[in-house]
Amino acid sequence: MTALLEVAGVSKRFGGVQAVRGLNLAVHDGEILGLIGPNGAGKSTVFNLINGVYPPDRGRIAFKGEDITGKPPYRIARHGIARAHQIVQPLANMTVLENCTVGACFGRANLPLARAQDAVREAAEIVGLADRLDQPAGQLTTAGKKRLELARALSARPELLLLDEVLAGLNPTEIERMIAVIRRIRDRGIAILIIEHVMRAIMRLSDRIVVLNLGGKLAEGTPRSVANNPEVIAAYLGAPEPAGQSADVSK
Amino acid sequence: MTVQELSPSVAEVAAQQPAEHRRAPLWRRPFMWLIVLVGLAFALLPAWSDNVQLRESLSLAAVYITLASSLNIMLGCGYVNFGNIVFFGLGGYICVYLVSERLWPLAAAALAAGVAVSLLALIFGMGILRLRGAFFALATIGVNEAVKAFVSNFEPWGGATGIYLSLDVYDPLGGPSQALWNVYFLIVAVMTASLFLSYAIKSSKFGLGLLAIGENEDAAAVLGVHTPRYKALAYSASALLPAIVGGLFFFKSGIIEPAGAFDLTGSIEAIVMVMLGGLGTVTGAALGAFLYEELRGVLLTTEAFSHFQLVIAGVLLLAIVLFAPGGLMGFIYRRWPRMRRLLE
Repeated sequence: MTALLEVAGVSKRFGGVQAVRGLNLAVHDGEILGLIGPNGAGKSTVFNLINGVYPPDRGRIAFKGEDITGKPPYRIARHGIARAHQIVQPLANMTVLENCTVGACFGRANLPLARAQDAVREAAEIVGLADRLDQPAGQLTTAGKKRLELARALSARPELLLLDEVLAGLNPTEIERMIAVIRRIRDRGIAILIIEHVMRAIMRLSDRIVVLNLGGKLAEGTPRSVANNPEVIAAYLGAPEPAGQSADVSK
Repeated sequence: MTVQELSPSVAEVAAQQPAEHRRAPLWRRPFMWLIVLVGLAFALLPAWSDNVQLRESLSLAAVYITLASSLNIMLGCGYVNFGNIVFFGLGGYICVYLVSERLWPLAAAALAAGVAVSLLALIFGMGILRLRGAFFALATIGVNEAVKAFVSNFEPWGGATGIYLSLDVYDPLGGPSQALWNVYFLIVAVMTASLFLSYAIKSSKFGLGLLAIGENEDAAAVLGVHTPRYKALAYSASALLPAIVGGLFFFKSGIIEPAGAFDLTGSIEAIVMVMLGGLGTVTGAALGAFLYEELRGVLLTTEAFSHFQLVIAGVLLLAIVLFAPGGLMGFIYRRWPRMRRLLE
């Protein structure tokens, strides 16, 4: 069986920093793959390489067996990969509805304007923004903006969702709700590649986990095997975690 | 499997609400008829009263409305084009040249000018639209100045002295006096077309993409908006009607020369007009252009102000940016929120 997404031997260097080195990973249909690693391990860069924000220096990325290496973001979106950003990027002066309509009209679904409604409402319903459709995106709370990122990505009816720290900055109740939302999305058959620092959450969510360190793959396996891997523990203990995030874990 | 097949409950809910946002076809919307009405008023008012002075004032207003509406398309995707007047001047030159030297009929020449300038803009656009923000604005000024310098030295177009039309060219349109009326009607038609175009773009998927680019270009690309193509098409679309109206305007003037055709002041005034009326609204661009033209007329004919017209435009722009960034339409929408539906 070929994987939905295949990243093979991908490298990216920024000036003197080798951000990603020879990374291999695969996301299969309908799975949640967690991508973790200390700060600066290259996680977000991997996302930027997958959805075409940067072209990789070396290696190959294939989606549904088709080579998408180096294609620009708008082409990759059309292939069926949608992304929720770590630093939320709302189209601030547009309403929630309009934001999601952009997703529905230009992403994989590629709907005409008049037919975008249903996709948008479904997505808004799933993430719990259905009652906020007419609110300007800029006026949402932090948690609301995170949901909007998700709703907008979902409106495109993607086959693979890239979630970049959608739990960061949320309080424990909001985290619980978001976890439920992510599960609901997966239950709809959408594969998810998720970067997360909230350990407890990603351990619960992921089917498999890939651990990055210094741009390369340190370990891969089930959440349990990864958590017990001595190399992983060393990498994490070696890198001090920011206070806010360890607080999340303890709760 | 995707979201689409599942969650039937949501789909049902959506189906039950017959879509306040799903919209009627263009020609059945009230705003379209409002545009037709404005066009008719422009055409008929001076014709009925046979008032040449009113015609000249409205003619200038119609040209401004065309320029402002077209500029608004680019502003919609967040790019300030300071060299927007280059389309007007270049269109004017091509049209006047075709009429005067090649003896083309006016309508064909103006149309050819529009198409040619629009294509040029598409090619130029693909290059300079890689720049963002202030760099793009500077590049657009550069384009205007470069074209002006080129035309000033281009002998087939009369170099620095430009082209004078002989009175013969007005004969096919019923002689000089009748020709002015006919050209006026054509200008009003182009103005109406510019409002239609603005509105059609604003209520289309294309317009939504431009709006998304204006809000956050990188996010728009990640969402799937083909940003380079959209920007280039917007740039090209914003060139078409200014070029045509430029052709008609300079045909009507009977003379075209570089300093008048590529006057940067015109670009800046167009920006003031759009800001005055309200950025991103079809009505606002038109209203701003109309009011600005009227104001300008008053200032130019008032002894005390005749040399300060631009100073006042500058102060006006400052005041708008500082105190009313939404312009007139922003004010109207805040005051009467229901107008948002009626006046796009």
